[in-house]
Amino acid sequence: MAKIETRDVNLYYGDFHALKDISMKMEENTVTALIGPSGCGKSTYLRLFNRMNDLIDNVKIEGEVLVDDEDIYRKGLNVDELRIKVGMVFQKPNPFPKSVFENVAYGLRVNGIKDKHVIEETVVSSLKHAALWDEVRDKLHKSAFELSGGQQQRLCIARALAISPSIVLMDEPASALDPISTAKIEELIHDLKKDYTIVIVTHNMQQAGRVSDFTGFFYMGELIEFGRTVDIFTSPKKHQTENYITGRFG
Amino acid sequence: MNKKFLNKLFEKLIEGVITLSGGITSLAVILIVIFLFKEGFGLFGRSTLQDDMVLAVNKSNPLSRIKAANVKAIFDQDVTNWKQIGGKNDSIIIVRIEDIPNYFKESQLGANFENLAPCINHLTDSLSGVILFVPKKYITSSFKGKVLPEEKVGLVDFFTGKEWYPTAVPDSRFGVLPLILGTLWVSFGAILFALPLGLAVAIYLAEIADSRIRRMLKPLIELLSGIPSVIYGFFGLVVLVPLIQSIFNLPVGETALAGSIILGIMALPTIITIAEDAMRTTPRAMKEASLALGATRWQTIYRIVIPYSISGITAAAILGIGRAIGETMAVLMVTGNAGVMPHTFLQPIRTIPATIAAELGESAQGGIHYQALFVLGCVLFVLTLLINLGVEYVSSKRKI
Amino acid sequence: MSFQVVKNIDRRKRRSEKFAFGLFRALSIFVVGILFVILGFIVMKGASAISWKFLTTMPSEGMTGGGIYPAIIGTFCLIGGSVVFSFPIGVLAAIYMNEYASKGFLVSFIRMMTNNLAGIPSIVFGLFGISLFVNTLNFGDSILAGSLTLGLLTLPVIIRTTEEALKAVDDSFRNGSYALGATKLQTIRRVVLPIAYPNIITGLILSIGRISGETAPILFIVAYFTTKLPKSIYDQVMALPYHLYVLATSGTDMEKQRPIAYGTALVLIMIVLVINLMANALRRYFSNKVKMN
Ligand SMILES: Nc1ncnc2c1ncn2[C@@H]1O[C@H](COP(=O)(O)OP(=O)(O)O)[C@@H](O)[C@H]1O
Ligand SMILES: [Mg+2]
Repeated sequence: MAKIETRDVNLYYGDFHALKDISMKMEENTVTALIGPSGCGKSTYLRLFNRMNDLIDNVKIEGEVLVDDEDIYRKGLNVDELRIKVGMVFQKPNPFPKSVFENVAYGLRVNGIKDKHVIEETVVSSLKHAALWDEVRDKLHKSAFELSGGQQQRLCIARALAISPSIVLMDEPASALDPISTAKIEELIHDLKKDYTIVIVTHNMQQAGRVSDFTGFFYMGELIEFGRTVDIFTSPKKHQTENYITGRFG
Repeated sequence: MNKKFLNKLFEKLIEGVITLSGGITSLAVILIVIFLFKEGFGLFGRSTLQDDMVLAVNKSNPLSRIKAANVKAIFDQDVTNWKQIGGKNDSIIIVRIEDIPNYFKESQLGANFENLAPCINHLTDSLSGVILFVPKKYITSSFKGKVLPEEKVGLVDFFTGKEWYPTAVPDSRFGVLPLILGTLWVSFGAILFALPLGLAVAIYLAEIADSRIRRMLKPLIELLSGIPSVIYGFFGLVVLVPLIQSIFNLPVGETALAGSIILGIMALPTIITIAEDAMRTTPRAMKEASLALGATRWQTIYRIVIPYSISGITAAAILGIGRAIGETMAVLMVTGNAGVMPHTFLQPIRTIPATIAAELGESAQGGIHYQALFVLGCVLFVLTLLINLGVEYVSSKRKI
Repeated sequence: MSFQVVKNIDRRKRRSEKFAFGLFRALSIFVVGILFVILGFIVMKGASAISWKFLTTMPSEGMTGGGIYPAIIGTFCLIGGSVVFSFPIGVLAAIYMNEYASKGFLVSFIRMMTNNLAGIPSIVFGLFGISLFVNTLNFGDSILAGSLTLGLLTLPVIIRTTEEALKAVDDSFRNGSYALGATKLQTIRRVVLPIAYPNIITGLILSIGRISGETAPILFIVAYFTTKLPKSIYDQVMALPYHLYVLATSGTDMEKQRPIAYGTALVLIMIVLVINLMANALRRYFSNKVKMN
């Protein structure tokens, strides 16, 4: 059973056809990388899985998107429930203007959890899970904006983990970070794989190669090629993929 | 060659004019300050007595000076015995210049009142409880009574005095406390209902309404701010005032409440526009992060958007108050303009701008009343300046 | 999975969202409702008073009869006078701030002063106008004094809208012009202003709307009543908003004055409405044009 599956998905922003007949399956506890030149629809595709595209006016979606074999665009689906199950980390670190602690506790609070001990425990374990605990244990009640960029991004990961999702979506999570912070995030992704299904958008080939098990190559709203990362990187079937990977366009 | 030079000169000239124009608003503000203070400055230290008049009492009267408030009480006949204001037990006899003929025969006064001065002298000397209010010119060197020293307008009295009777005779009273409090009272009432209402609309426009509805509502809100204040005042006068009168069963409907409601409506567009702009600066990514954690849009609004834009929202509130404090015509028309200390919202009230508007026309240029009104203008100016600086401070202090 | 805390989906939050959004929508409708109640009331009451005669005859019978012709004329005189003064200076000031002054202390100081000027209550402008224009400069209670006072009041409006219009002109236009060897002034005149002028005009129209309704600043300058039409800028005129105030609050016969007051209010509202519509239409027209290019 696939954790996430899309069947012939088309997405339109008004008249603009942003995703064209995308079908793809992602297995549980794997990391899938989405690569492709900028503007090809990677983020749009990723945001299908937690229905983030709903927020934009004039979006039309066709086809099926299944999470745990359930069509998440069916009528009457509880979007809150979906978003608790599907966490997301954004391109730029975007902590809330609150303390480190409150950032992580946010997801719990908005979902109606009031028990202080539960919240405290969860915040600590999430920070540990995101490999940030040692760095912020003394700054829990300082503003999140006082952390470095890399720390902020791991805070955002901890924030996403706190409500115990089973899927984590990451949209170029390291693109705004320095190499050392990037390495830490990559390491973290590697560790998280055993507990979560991860989909990551990246424009960094090496990164896709390092962290992912599967890779999908997008181009102009189409999924050109999808397969095991080793295969895509060593013996791509389509010459467009090959060109992109070898840096001949992009 | 010559033409090129002329062109260059012309260009420099224009650029000079442009540069000068750049300073126009600064110049205007400075001129306004100078002229307000220039006109109002002479007030303090000036006698509150009418020009060229004196107050005098019998020589035996132990009081060597009488406070202006007491003078007013005497002439209003609220005080009728000297002991009420710390003198001896003697009833007070008020003598104004027009009362003199009651005490003397025409022959004594002379056909053309040429003997007025000796008569006044005599009267003062013979009545132990007298207080005399006459033109200075009748007080000669042989005067046997006691001329009271004139009361001056003092800074402290001005700001803490509770009586505003600028045209009272003989002593005018310039206590602006009821006017200042009246202004703040009405503005406070206005903001009390305009702020929640304005924020609700701002939230609706910034976060809830789709773009089509927003595009429809925005011009309407702008229109609300475009309606002249005299129209609001007129509407308040013919609709709101009678309504309030009958609902609360009041003798008059012109009340602080009417003023607050009208001012609140007038402050709405300011609050809505500025608060909405502030909320729109909340980064999309931040809102998305909240939603992605399973928060509803409403939770996102009150947990993320409002805290993030709180400085802008504060600025909106302050500017709304500023708008209310400075508003003239509408309050003038609906608040009843009674210069008393505010206690409830159901009483008539008088604000600083309304006072200026109502009284400047009948005050003599350069007179004490005229000066007092300019000082009121200064007070108003300083109030709004503080508000502007407050806004500047709040919005420069963008949180985190 | 390492831990699992969010088990039960909180359904209350959806309910409170529904409630909050419903409330905000209702309150927004309420606010717009206020606008329509005021407009509707004045239109209903005023419509019967308005006629061609009402607009073109003098007030008569101690203002309990006749029209409002001199007040209309007076208002237009004041609009004209203040625009002549404030528009050029305001535009030049904005050009200075946006094109000439180097960003820094000076500009932020000027901007602060402009904001302060905008925040000064209109009645204070009235005091200032009396003191400087009427008394010190001896213009008397005249169109000139009234226009200058009102002009000062609208300066910040014009400066702000012009500045915004200039800011909206992309720097690439300026750089392109400089690259062709044009001077700064030529660039402003031939490149910047032609692009910015629709928005500048919109600002002008809005400031006219403001002038036409202001009462407090000219309270002591305009005439309570006159049937003489102005011949020069030193003559005194009536003004619509002040006339409405007089009709509403003082006079000889309130009963007979009321219909005239409603009519005057309606005329005033119409002017403001038309001006707003014009500004909006202009804005939309030009922004469409920009999109098409
Ligand atoms: N809200 C939107 N409205 C209209 N078009 C959009 C919107 N978001 C993205 N697009 C368009 O959809 C295409 C795909 O965007 P995106 O998924 O963000 O690309 P990627 O993440 O691969 O760079 C782009 O051409 C972009 O311009
Ligand atoms: Mg993207």
